[in-house]
Amino acid sequence: MATTAENFQAHTDDHGGHDADHKPAFFARWFMSTNHKDIGTLYLIFAICAGIIGGFISGIMRMELAAPGIQYLGYWVELMGGEAAFDANLHMWNVLITAHGLIMVFFMVMPAMIGGFGNWFVPLMIGAPDMAFPRMNNISFWLTVAGFSSLMFSTFVPGGTGIGAGTGWTVYAPLSTTGSTGPAVDFAIFSLHLAGAASIMGAINFITTIFNMRAPGMTLHKMPLFVWSVLVTAFLLLLALPVLAAAITMLLTDRNFGTTFFDPAGGGDPVLYQHLFWFFGHPEVYIMILPGFGMISQIVATFSRKPVFGYLGMAYAMVAIGVVGFVVWAHHMYTTGLDVNTKMYFTAATMVIAVPTGVKIFSWIATMWGGSLEFKSPLVWSMGFIFLFTVGGVTGVVLANGGVDDVLHDTYYVVAHFHYVLSMGAVFSLFAGFYYWFPKMSGKMHSEFLAHLHFWGFFIGVNVIFFPQHFLGMDGMPRRIPDYPDAYAYFNNISSIGYMIMAASMVIFFVNLAYAFLAGKKAGDNPWGEGATTLEWTLSSPPPYHQFETLPVIEDHHDYHDHRPATA
Amino acid sequence: MSAITINKNLRVGALALLMALGMLGLGFAAVPLYRMFCQVTGFGGTTQRATLSDAALAERMAKSAGAPTISVRFDGTTAGDIPWTFKPDQVTQTLQLGERKMAFFTATNDSSEPITGTATFNVEPEQTGRYFNKIQCFCFTEQTLEPGQTVHMPVLYYVDPAIMQDDNASNVEQITLSYTFHKAIKPEL
Repeated sequence: MATTAENFQAHTDDHGGHDADHKPAFFARWFMSTNHKDIGTLYLIFAICAGIIGGFISGIMRMELAAPGIQYLGYWVELMGGEAAFDANLHMWNVLITAHGLIMVFFMVMPAMIGGFGNWFVPLMIGAPDMAFPRMNNISFWLTVAGFSSLMFSTFVPGGTGIGAGTGWTVYAPLSTTGSTGPAVDFAIFSLHLAGAASIMGAINFITTIFNMRAPGMTLHKMPLFVWSVLVTAFLLLLALPVLAAAITMLLTDRNFGTTFFDPAGGGDPVLYQHLFWFFGHPEVYIMILPGFGMISQIVATFSRKPVFGYLGMAYAMVAIGVVGFVVWAHHMYTTGLDVNTKMYFTAATMVIAVPTGVKIFSWIATMWGGSLEFKSPLVWSMGFIFLFTVGGVTGVVLANGGVDDVLHDTYYVVAHFHYVLSMGAVFSLFAGFYYWFPKMSGKMHSEFLAHLHFWGFFIGVNVIFFPQHFLGMDGMPRRIPDYPDAYAYFNNISSIGYMIMAASMVIFFVNLAYAFLAGKKAGDNPWGEGATTLEWTLSSPPPYHQFETLPVIEDHHDYHDHRPATA
Repeated sequence: MSAITINKNLRVGALALLMALGMLGLGFAAVPLYRMFCQVTGFGGTTQRATLSDAALAERMAKSAGAPTISVRFDGTTAGDIPWTFKPDQVTQTLQLGERKMAFFTATNDSSEPITGTATFNVEPEQTGRYFNKIQCFCFTEQTLEPGQTVHMPVLYYVDPAIMQDDNASNVEQITLSYTFHKAIKPEL
């Protein structure tokens, strides 16, 4: 931005005469919002609601899986207004796994990471008054809500064998085309269209904001790593989501208009759908984790009272992960009949991603090394993240091998792997970010005791859920089944007990929220001390409704990452 | 925001939108590109189409080199939506690399109305797809059978001797040629 702090004021600011804290009335503020902080709050509330629903679904799945045999599916089918029958019951299972996957990916993790924390803190961290396109920001949020409604609606209409869309989150043809008559799958696909359009608009908004609206002196190489992570994520969204949109549009026309893109009878190929889906799907998993990487970098540096180790390496490691993430998609498709050379390439390319990821893991550890560590809840969650994400990364390297994957493909080993990187990686970073920024967003302090209790309950719970699933997978238990041979009963039972521990810890989380809002101490501008150096901590808690009407100027000698004393 | 800033934002926003639209276009362009890719590389066991002169050249080369023999196994199935009986007349054929051979399949329409079918095909192991050449095949066109009608359908093929030079395919002793008949789909668009 060429404008300096002085001439910026001179010919802009329509609100010049107003108080910076002048807020619109309730309906206009929350339903027609164009304020990045309000929209961020809406996204976070939405993600928490979707997370409760998605988490509840995983609970009833663990309930069914706690013992061999089919105990509850028929009951749930009748609860949803269907008629219990063997096929309808199994279809119900497919609906549950589909809903759990889609909700957690598109309506929990993505809205929380990008919509919630991204909206809240990207403008604050780069010293911008708001996002570049505030109205488009509003559309993004409400399209996400509309997409979620469409997905929820799909569970009440016929989907072929029973009610609801039972295709898995991957929506593979031909199950999703000729295999699922009825409107449920159409609604599920439409839901992805809406959520995808919302995310693409969000990505355009972030890219424009970060490129054009940085405060004077905030060069790209001075941006906080969270902003870097959102920038890379926005590019991944921009390049990956349209491919998904194309693929699912072809699904829609195959389903409703007689085209045969994925139907061999008309010259199509169902494997092409898998290629298109995973060309989107693999970058998508980095979309879900990269903002988490960014948050962890901020938090580890803050509570180590040290600048993050290897700032440039950290930033470009994320860029490298993003770039290489686009050329590894077929490692999800090793069993579709790829020849040995193709498998070799995708194995090697996939393993290359372990290099920049390792750079990040070791840089976080090096940041903590010799730091003045303060074990506040955000740091504890971050350390949990680093440990568990590394576990998930190691099983990822195992699965990257084409030959090994022939055996482990579609087993619980894969389920354990991606829950270690997502439900522990992404979710731990979300909680770390939440406890880190909650005082800034709300102006209230949460209870550190409850936050630690939440951490230990959640940490033990998710490990008890997912660690035994490695063993189940190694023993050959397929994923996506509601019933299994008795041999798998022991570890499934343990896994379901783990769910209860995790669920109990989530109660603590909500108690902590209630405590903070009802009785929490007032948070100062910067409750985390001198380690918290980014711009959001220079503002009040919560920040004024409109901030940085006079742009902050980042002096050359002030470097957010080096903590060099102001010598100039 | 100043007018200059808004213009700059619009420009960057429009460029980003253009990138998204470009990727959307590429997503659809993947359909013909994937088909071409499979045809050229034999990916997924896609067989090749050859002309008679290609075949004659391959045969001359193979003869002069004293090419070894290879076995071809035949497989014929129908998709659930077509009431036909369809099977190969011979289980296997043994032929010299480069040699032209004709195999027959028999199809019967078991229903009481005329039905048009179309056959999809591939070979296993998949890496032999680029060496398996068809000169004539019933799968090149749609087939219409009257009620109760039985037809014998030929496929004229050869295996390219270049397979000897491919490390991934030279040790293959038998290739399975598989056909599946589907009811032909008339696009409604």
